[in-house]
Amino acid sequence: MVEFLDIINVGLFAAAIRMATPIASAALGGIFSERAGIINIGLEGMMLTGAFAGVAASFFSGNPWLGVLAAILVGGLLGLLHALLTVKFVVDQVVSGTGINIFALGFTAYMSQVIWGSRGASESVNGLEVVPIPVLSDIPVIGNIIGSHTPLVYLIIIVTVLSYIVLFKTPIGLRIRAVGEHPAAADTAGIDVFRTKYLCVMVSGMLAGFGGVFLSLGHLHIFTWGMTGGRGFIALAAMIFGQWMPFGAFGASILFGFADALQMRLQALGLLPPQIILTIPYVLTIAVLAGVVRKARPPSNYKPYVKE
Amino acid sequence: MAEEMRQLIPRAKQMLRGFFARIPSELRKIIPQIIAIILAFLVGAIVLQVTGYSPLEAYSALITGAFGDVFGIGQTFTQATPIIFTALAFLFAFKSGLFNIGAEGQLLVGGFAAALVGISFAGLPTLIHVPMALLAGAFTGGLWGFIPAILKIKLGAHEVITTMMLSYVAFYVTGYMVNYPYKAPGWVSQTVPIAPSAELPRILQPTQLSASIFIAVILVVLTYYTLQKTTLGYEVRAIGLNPAAAESGGINIKRGMILALVISGAMAGLGGAGEILGVHRRFIEGFSPGYGWDGLAVALVGGLNPVGVLIAAVLFGALRSGGMVMTRVTRVPLDIVSILQALVILFVAAPMLIKYLLRKGGIKWSSS
Amino acid sequence: MTSAVEMKGISKAFYDVVANDKIDLVVDKAEIHGLLGENGAGKTVLMSILYGLYRPDEGQIFINGKEVKIDSPSAAIKLGVGMVHQHFMLVPSLTVAENIVLGREPTKGKLLLDMKQIMNEVKDFCERSNLDVDLKTPTYTLSVGVQQRVEILKVLYRGADILVLDEPTSVLTPQEAEGLFKAMRALKEQAKTVIFISHKLREVLAICDRITVLRRGKVVGTVQACETDLDELAKMMVGRQVVSTFKKKQVEKKEVVLKVENLKAINDRGLPALKEVTFDVFSFEILGVAGVEGNGQTELAETLTGLRKPAGGKVLLGNVDITRASPAERIGLGISNVPEDRHNRGLILDFSVMENLILGSQDKPEFTTGRARLDFKKASDYTEKLVTDFSIKAPTKDTLVRNMSGGTQQKVIVAREFSRKPKLIIASQPTRGLDVGATEYVRKKLVEMRDQGCAILLISADLDEICALSDRIVVIYEGKIVATKCPEETSEQEIGLLMTGGKHG
Repeated sequence: MVEFLDIINVGLFAAAIRMATPIASAALGGIFSERAGIINIGLEGMMLTGAFAGVAASFFSGNPWLGVLAAILVGGLLGLLHALLTVKFVVDQVVSGTGINIFALGFTAYMSQVIWGSRGASESVNGLEVVPIPVLSDIPVIGNIIGSHTPLVYLIIIVTVLSYIVLFKTPIGLRIRAVGEHPAAADTAGIDVFRTKYLCVMVSGMLAGFGGVFLSLGHLHIFTWGMTGGRGFIALAAMIFGQWMPFGAFGASILFGFADALQMRLQALGLLPPQIILTIPYVLTIAVLAGVVRKARPPSNYKPYVKE
Repeated sequence: MAEEMRQLIPRAKQMLRGFFARIPSELRKIIPQIIAIILAFLVGAIVLQVTGYSPLEAYSALITGAFGDVFGIGQTFTQATPIIFTALAFLFAFKSGLFNIGAEGQLLVGGFAAALVGISFAGLPTLIHVPMALLAGAFTGGLWGFIPAILKIKLGAHEVITTMMLSYVAFYVTGYMVNYPYKAPGWVSQTVPIAPSAELPRILQPTQLSASIFIAVILVVLTYYTLQKTTLGYEVRAIGLNPAAAESGGINIKRGMILALVISGAMAGLGGAGEILGVHRRFIEGFSPGYGWDGLAVALVGGLNPVGVLIAAVLFGALRSGGMVMTRVTRVPLDIVSILQALVILFVAAPMLIKYLLRKGGIKWSSS
Repeated sequence: MTSAVEMKGISKAFYDVVANDKIDLVVDKAEIHGLLGENGAGKTVLMSILYGLYRPDEGQIFINGKEVKIDSPSAAIKLGVGMVHQHFMLVPSLTVAENIVLGREPTKGKLLLDMKQIMNEVKDFCERSNLDVDLKTPTYTLSVGVQQRVEILKVLYRGADILVLDEPTSVLTPQEAEGLFKAMRALKEQAKTVIFISHKLREVLAICDRITVLRRGKVVGTVQACETDLDELAKMMVGRQVVSTFKKKQVEKKEVVLKVENLKAINDRGLPALKEVTFDVFSFEILGVAGVEGNGQTELAETLTGLRKPAGGKVLLGNVDITRASPAERIGLGISNVPEDRHNRGLILDFSVMENLILGSQDKPEFTTGRARLDFKKASDYTEKLVTDFSIKAPTKDTLVRNMSGGTQQKVIVAREFSRKPKLIIASQPTRGLDVGATEYVRKKLVEMRDQGCAILLISADLDEICALSDRIVVIYEGKIVATKCPEETSEQEIGLLMTGGKHG
């Protein structure tokens, strides 16, 4: 007999936060890119490549932190590609992002084959270990939920706060928002519109890569084919739901993380056929978009900025 | 001798320039696409080389696999067929300004619906059974396109995300169907075979090529005709180019967008139906190795016009069929094909990039 | 004495259109210098070169006697050149203060914005320049006149000594323009140099010390304001005498075509744009709607054409209630529309001339066989007829409208809308951005349609146009009709006053 408490318990909430982290990271990345006026559909591909790069780096070096670094770098590189294509060569933003996604899927599978001889899963590598926060993790209930996670989870909270400060309390943030909302005005104010866009899209790639490595190194310590499973798109929904604000996106990510954790738990308990449960995060995303977007005002019209 | 060598490069450039200038303007338009494909293969070659495989071996295995014998050619066109459907689906939606990247899911649900009809109504004459099954596929695909359409119109939900999400939902729902209620006895996740009266005939023994390709070609012609010669096509194109002006001119934007996405989904669903009725004759989990995604690439590479789609689909079909042979013969991972596809997309979508590279190489290219 | 700005032999071409042709310009220090010319004469291009937005194909620029190369707005700013654009460069969701300091933000410790410092510094500027603005509001809530003040403050904050004002009064009422002139004189007293771009003769003559006239990219001459007059300036600008009167047929029997009762509408920002507007339009009449842009005209045109749902009230065409009718229904009932934004609402730029001419009728029997298939022969014949009747300069019927000039594009719209033999024409800013020839043509056609019995609602921010064409005038201010007048019983001054909400005597 399955009890209610087998499903809804402290472990679920802890899992929710764990699952929320990659989505939150990618969503923050999406915010930076979109606030500068570039749609980044390629978050999924950047996450996946980051997940792969992290495992590969850890495989060759034995050090998971090098893996995290590799993931961030690789994500940033893909971000640079996206920026180059959409800003300099005026490629349609959705097409560029989709191309990057397809590339990532094929490239990671290909390299998986090359390195480990299997396109399905890599070998197990050194991953990130859970680091309990002293004192906090001793508090009953709450301590179990937020006191013991891999360092990446704590990092994401810091990154969220930093993102808010950067976007709304610094000159750079002001300029980013100007560039996205009214690039001509930013240009005549002497701001380098193109450089700002490049920077923001690269940052979004880095954050996406960071989210991806969390899925691989921060969880099961392996890379499997297509392991991001659409989370890059769910991150976009979280970003919209959160009205392109860091704290809003983080909150939305928790919601989606909860759905993800719930789905895993239900699967483990064998309550419903796995396939039906697996649809939960995606249906939830659609529901969220359907319920929320009406009020959403995007921070940009995403038109490519062309100078004479 | 050294003097001659130094003369070689500028003279080669001049020759190339003269060559380009003499090409008729119609052909000129597809040159950027051809260059894009060449560049993609070049980068792919680099990837192969760096990871320890021989590009020459890989590519020649690819080509001979795709076109070397009857079986290869049959496979090429068989693989190309569903891609034509999904490419047309993307194209039609794109003309109305919408991004339908859920063709994969629409293909799956369409295929499953066709399988259901094929299984359920045994004993009907073929002339009724087959169209019924095809219609069921188109209808279900259209439904899968209707959902994001209505969400966008009524609630402003961006169709890029909703079509994508619905693809995942379709994957899992059909997966559930084929593993539980409609599972045939045995190990494989598949349904029982469809009735013989629902089968689309094979047209090139001993390959799997089926009459589905005829339907695909007819659809290409129909799409061109609809877009260019009918009021619906006019309205769809107007909405895609300038919705504000279209609205001002009395065109019902909402209705147009919904129609475009429904037709788009129906096309992909029809493709799935064709695959099931012609090639597999039952619904098998995973029967689509990503035809939906190929469709997007093919639509772009085909220059977003129906005839180009036909040619590009054959190219991608060749990549897939040749790829399978290549993997068997040379042990190069099949995923190099995905990498090539992605590179083709990126290069084709960046005509400015091509022009930039040409300019750097000293060849001036003006588009007309 | 060295001049503030000297531009020598400046030339600039865009593809095969020559915008500036060896232009010489000398602007003295602490003078208000007028740059006068028609639309398309090259004034904005020249000043954009000075501001670093474009690079000249040839020529030199000297600031305060030193030769300089200006390759970006930040370079221009560093040299003390500031530009207030015709289309405001304000980021809508940012506050006034944030917009002013954008690009030169004061910081605490180099990283964080120092909001207090921003407020203090900017308040200082406001007081010194006689410009009063609330610093904390987001700019999208501000009226156009106030936004312009913010633009000027932006420029001053960056230490501009040379200010270029690009058609600043095109969005102001006569009264607001006076306020701007006062500010300009104050700037002159602070030894700032002002370059005033305009095509409005009277204003240029009133405020400037010297005036340079441009025509078709070339300098026609530079004169002292006190030594010239309107006629001479007009002749320099256009090259011929400008005819500005229209003879209209006098008609006795008129009937009500359009009846608008208590019409209410909300704009895109959720604020009320039309507040119980009531008026009638008769056949054989042009009703001019005068008002400064942004007072509800756009929303009025949109509700009347079916592009915006009204929040209340009724609209009747004849005795048919069309309050909630769709655009297609209205077209069918005989309403034609010349929209104020021809590129956005009026044309599909990537469609051909023929395809644009049948827009709105593409599913009608005239152009289809069996209502679903397009009949290209019929469409082609129709296109040929219209091209001839309206003298549309199009190479072929398949030419993309994108490749045609603004005047020709407007002709396509006019041809399409007027040839449907409408009962009612709604024309919004129909001659905005057109050269003199095209403007005359459109106005002539409007009068022609009126003489044939059409009812015309003419919405225009151009007072001259309203006064020349209208049989009756209504003034719209902040979403309300504040007056209804006949041209004989009023004056431009009075209309101008009403446009700002002032009461007539």
